[in-house]
Amino acid sequence: MTAAAELMDYDEVIERFDPVLGLEVHVELSTSTKMFCGCPVVFGAEPNTQVCPTCLGLPGALPVVNAKGIEAAIRIGLALNCEIAEWCRFARKNYFYPDMPKNFQTSQYDEPIAFNGWLDVELEDGTVVRVDIERAHMEEDTGKSLHVGGSTGRIHGAEHSLLDYNRAGVPLIEIVTKPITGTGARAPEVARAYVTALRDLLRALEVSDVRMDQGSVRCDANVSLMAKDATEFGTRTETKNVNSLRSVERAVRFEMTRQAAVLAEGGTIRLETRHFDESTGSTSSGRPKETSEDYRYFPEPDLVPIAPSREWVEELRKTLPEMPAARRKRIQVEWNLTDLELRDLLNVGAVDVIAATVDAGASPAEARAWWVSHLAQEANTRGVELADLPITPAQVADVIKLVAAGTLTNKLARSVVEGVLAGEGEPVEVVEKRGLKVVSDDSALIVAVDEALAGQPDVLEKIRSGKVAAAGAIVGAVMKATKGQADAKRVRELILERANA
Amino acid sequence: MKRNPPGVRGVPTISRDEVAHLARLARLAVTEQELDKFAGQLDIILQSVAQVTEVAAEDVPPTSHAVPLTNVFRDDVVRPGLTQQQALSGAPAAEDGRFRVPRILGEEQ
Amino acid sequence: MSELTRMTAAELAAKIQAKEVSAVEVTQAHLDRIADVDPAVHAFLHVSTDSALAQARAVDEDVAAGNQPASPLAGVPLALKDVVTMQGAPTTVGSRMLEGWEPPYDATITTRMLEAGIVILGKTNMDEFAMGSSTENSAYGPTHNPWDLDRIPGGSGGGSSAALASFEAALAIGTDTGGSIRQPGAVTGTVGVKPTYGGVSRYGLVAFSSSLDQAGPCARTVMDAALLHEVIGGHDPLDATSINEPVPPVVQAVREGAIGDLRGVKIGVVKEFSGEGYDPGVMVSFNEAVEQLRVLGAEIVEISCPHFKYALSAYYLIAPSECSSNLARFDAMRYGIRVGDNGERSAEEVMSLTREAGFGAEVKRRIMIGTYALSSGYYDAYYGSAQKVRTLIKRDFDAAYEKVDVLVSPTTPTTAFPIGERADNPMAMYLADLCTIPASMAGHPAMSVPSKLSGIDGLPVGLQIMAPALQETRMYRVAAAYEVARNESDGGPLISRVPELEVAR
Ligand SMILES: [Mg+2]
Ligand SMILES: [Zn+2]
Repeated sequence: MTAAAELMDYDEVIERFDPVLGLEVHVELSTSTKMFCGCPVVFGAEPNTQVCPTCLGLPGALPVVNAKGIEAAIRIGLALNCEIAEWCRFARKNYFYPDMPKNFQTSQYDEPIAFNGWLDVELEDGTVVRVDIERAHMEEDTGKSLHVGGSTGRIHGAEHSLLDYNRAGVPLIEIVTKPITGTGARAPEVARAYVTALRDLLRALEVSDVRMDQGSVRCDANVSLMAKDATEFGTRTETKNVNSLRSVERAVRFEMTRQAAVLAEGGTIRLETRHFDESTGSTSSGRPKETSEDYRYFPEPDLVPIAPSREWVEELRKTLPEMPAARRKRIQVEWNLTDLELRDLLNVGAVDVIAATVDAGASPAEARAWWVSHLAQEANTRGVELADLPITPAQVADVIKLVAAGTLTNKLARSVVEGVLAGEGEPVEVVEKRGLKVVSDDSALIVAVDEALAGQPDVLEKIRSGKVAAAGAIVGAVMKATKGQADAKRVRELILERANA
Repeated sequence: MKRNPPGVRGVPTISRDEVAHLARLARLAVTEQELDKFAGQLDIILQSVAQVTEVAAEDVPPTSHAVPLTNVFRDDVVRPGLTQQQALSGAPAAEDGRFRVPRILGEEQ
Repeated sequence: MSELTRMTAAELAAKIQAKEVSAVEVTQAHLDRIADVDPAVHAFLHVSTDSALAQARAVDEDVAAGNQPASPLAGVPLALKDVVTMQGAPTTVGSRMLEGWEPPYDATITTRMLEAGIVILGKTNMDEFAMGSSTENSAYGPTHNPWDLDRIPGGSGGGSSAALASFEAALAIGTDTGGSIRQPGAVTGTVGVKPTYGGVSRYGLVAFSSSLDQAGPCARTVMDAALLHEVIGGHDPLDATSINEPVPPVVQAVREGAIGDLRGVKIGVVKEFSGEGYDPGVMVSFNEAVEQLRVLGAEIVEISCPHFKYALSAYYLIAPSECSSNLARFDAMRYGIRVGDNGERSAEEVMSLTREAGFGAEVKRRIMIGTYALSSGYYDAYYGSAQKVRTLIKRDFDAAYEKVDVLVSPTTPTTAFPIGERADNPMAMYLADLCTIPASMAGHPAMSVPSKLSGIDGLPVGLQIMAPALQETRMYRVAAAYEVARNESDGGPLISRVPELEVAR
C-alpha cells in the first residue's frame, strides 16, 4: 500500500490549474428481462437463479436483442439531445475476467446508437452549465463476485471467489460526456449536479430505478488538471464506480487536490484507474492504463445491425415525458414558489412526492406543508429519502382530504400518518383502528361541555358577562376530556350555547 | 470499424516474443517448445494469408454478416431459464449456490 | 449386416409406418452395427443406447395408435455431430476441454429432430471445435474412412460422414464453417448439404466461427438429405441471424430433379477450381459429371470468379478471429475441465493452464492467429481486409448467378488422404477446403454429391453444387437428377461399393 497522498490546498489548486472532467455513467435499465436473453432482472434474487444458457455463456447459446433495451437507449439518447444512429452494430469487447461469462462483453464500439448530445445542469445557485454528451451506447452488465478469505472481504488477500451471474447480461446504457472544461472551482459541484440531473432525467423517462446504492447507476469520474498556461489537457485518472452523489463530488475534489500536489512537486500523473474509498474520501491507485489490454473489438457476428427507422425514432420522441428542468419551471409557477422555496424542495427531494400528492387530489399548499414539515422530519430521523418513507403520496392526499371533510382534525391527522408509517394500513383503516374520528355527536360533547363549565364556575361567569374569549379555557378542558377527538370549532359553539342557555 | 492503418503489407514476420505475447493475451500457458513450433507455423500461415491486403481496396465495403438482416429483436418477456442446480451442474467447483473459482488477481474493467 | 442398415432413411420410415418393421428393430440393428464396426471406424464419441431405444419405442407407440407420423423421418436413426447440444449425453466438441460436459439444454435442431420422431443414436467424432479437415484433431483419436481405414474421413465432421458410409446410421447432422459437411461427404461417397447461412438455427451449436457456421443434413441419398433439411430448417427466434422465411421446398425439388430432365437449367463451371493441386482422378470424375449434366439437358457455361483465389486467405483470418473470441469462454470457471487449481494459483493462472491443457495444437494455433488479426494495429490489414474480400467474393457470385442457375466444381481437390500425411503441415491441410470456402464466405447454400470413384485410387470424389442464397431448390434438383443418372450409368449407388468392414465380434 502506498503512503497517504499529499494534497494541495483547494484554493491553491484553483489558482494554479484548470480541472477537466469526463464522466462515464453506467445505467442499469429496468426492463423485465436481460439485454440478450429472457432472464428476469429482479434485484436480490438467490444466486444463479436468474440465468440461462445465454447469460451463463454456455457453449452454443446465442444472444437476441431485447427490443425494450433498444427503445430505452433511443429515448435516453433523445432526452440527451443526441443524434440517433441510422445504422449501428454491437461489438465484442474481448478481455478475460471471471465475472464475464463469455470473456467478452457485448457492447458498442465505434458505432454507438446515440451521439453528440448535451444536458443542461443547474447548480445550487441557479447557474446553468451545459454538459456535452459524446455518446450513449448499449452494453451488458457482468456477474458479481464475492471474495472469500483474507481480512477485508475484498479482492486483495482473498483465498477464492464465488460467482453469481444473476446480474450478467442486465442491460446497461453507458453515457459518456465530452471533456467538461471551464468549471474551475466548481468542478466537483458540476460533477455532482450532472449525475443528479442525469438521474432525474432517467427517472422521468422511467427507464431505470436509478438506485445508486444498489448499483443501478454507477459513475466513473475522469479528472485531469491543466496548468493555467497549458494548451493541452493533462493526463487523466479514472476513478471507478463512485456510488453516491456525494462521493462523486468528493472523488473529483480529492483527485484535483492530489493531482495538483503531484504536479507541483514536478511529478507526473499516471494514466490509471483509481478506487474511491467512501470512509476516507480518498482515491487509491488501481490498474495502469498504459498496459491495459487490447480489447480486440470486432462486430458481434451473432447479432445483426440495428437500423432504427426515422419513423420509429420520431414515435419514440413523442413518448418523452416533460424534462425535469422544464417541469421544475412549470411547478414553480403553478405552486407559486420563490426560487429559494423551490430549491429547498429540490434539496429535500420533495418535488416528486408533492407533485404526486397534488395529482392525487390534494392542494399544492397542503401537500407541501405535509411533506416538508412533518414527513421531512420523519425521513431525517429514519435516515431515508422522502420517497422511501413507507407512506405514498396517495395516502398523504387521502389524509388531507379527510381533514378537509372535517373527519379529522390536524392533530388527529398526524396520528393517522403515524399509523400509516407504522404499517397499520391505509389512512381510513388507521382512523378506524385507532378510533380517531372527530367526535361529531353533539350529545356526547354537550355532556363534556356541561361538565367542564360546572368545573370552572368563574369562567362560566365571565362568558355569561360577555367575555367570549374566556371560552378558550373550557375548549381546552373539553378537548382534553375527549382526547382531542372533538372538532374545536363545534366545541366553542356548544360552550357559548350552553353557557348562555 | 476503423483502426489505425498498421502499414503491414506483404510479408509479416512473427517473432517468438510476439507469439508469447499472443499466448498471454489468449490465456494460453504455452511451453517453450510450443513457442518455437507456433512461431514458425504462424509465420507461414500469416504470410500466405497476407495476400488479402492485395485486393482489399479502400472503396470495397466490408461484409460482416453473410445475410443482410437488420433489426432482429425479441419482446421483453421473461423466458424460463435454468435452475440453480442446472446452472451449477457443469461447474468444476461450487459453494453456496455460486461458482467457486480461484482467487482473482486482476481488476474489474 | 442387417439389411435394415443398408436402407435409405425414406425406405426405413415407410417400412416403419407400414408396420413392416418396428422403429425399435431399426434402431437396434443400427446399435448392433455400431457395436460391430465402430471399434475400427471410431465414428462415435458417445452412443445413447437407452434414450435412442426409448425414442424408437415412442414412434412405435404412435404407429400402433394409428397417429399421423410426426414427420416423414419418424423412427429413422441419426448420428449427431458432437458440436450440437443434447441433454442426457455429453457434448465435447472433440475437445479435452469439455470432456464429460453434459449441456443442460437442447439445441433447436435437436428439439426439432426429436419432435420429428428421429432417433438420435449418439454423438459423432469431429476435429476439435470443428477446426480441421480430417478429424485427426479430435482429442479422442481419429475417425477412419470406411473406404480405407488408413485414410481420413474428412473433417471436421468425419464422424458423421463415416457413420453414414459404414452404415452405422441412416442420417447424420454435420456443421459446415468452411466445408466441414461437404468435404467429409465427398471423401466418403455420401451426400452433405450446407444450407444458406441463417437457414438452419445455430442455437445450441458450439460456435467456431459465428458468421460462417451452419448446420446441415448428411445422408446417403439426395432425397434423404432433403427430408432431413425440411425437419431442421426454418426460422428460430433464439438465433438472431436466422432467416424468417419458410424452408425452401427441397423435397419437392428432389422429386422434380429425379425425373432426369435438366433442360433449361444453366450450370456454370468455376474455371478457377482446376489446375495445379487438383488430383487427375478428381478432375476426370468431375468432368464426367459435368458431361452427365449436359446429357441431362443442362446448358454448361464456363464461369470465372477471379476473387475466389483469395477466399482461403480471407477465411483463415475471419474464422480464427471469430474463434479466438468464441472460445474465450472456455476458462475453467463455469464448466469444462479445470487444471492446476492447487489453492495457491490465481484464477488467471488456472485459466491459462487449463486452456493450455484443454486445447489441442490446431485450436491454439487458430486462437493465436485470430488474436493477432484482431489486435489493434493489425485489424484493418487482416480482419478488415478479409471482410472486404468477402464482399468481392459475393460480387463474383452475384455476377455468376446473373448468367447461370447453379455453379459446380469438385468438392475437394483430392480424394481422402492417408491419416497422418498432413498432420504437421497446417497449410497443406487448409487446402482441402479450397473449393468449399467461397460459398461459406457468401453465406450461400452448397452441397456435395458423390460423382464416380477416382480412376487413380478408387476412392470417392464429390461434385459440389452451389446456388444463390435461399435457392436450395435449384441445387437439390440438379443433385437429384445427377444422382439418378450417375447411378444408372455406374450400375448402382456409389455407396454400395464401400468395402465390407471387418466385424468386431
Ligand atoms: Mg463500457
Ligand atoms: Zn439469461
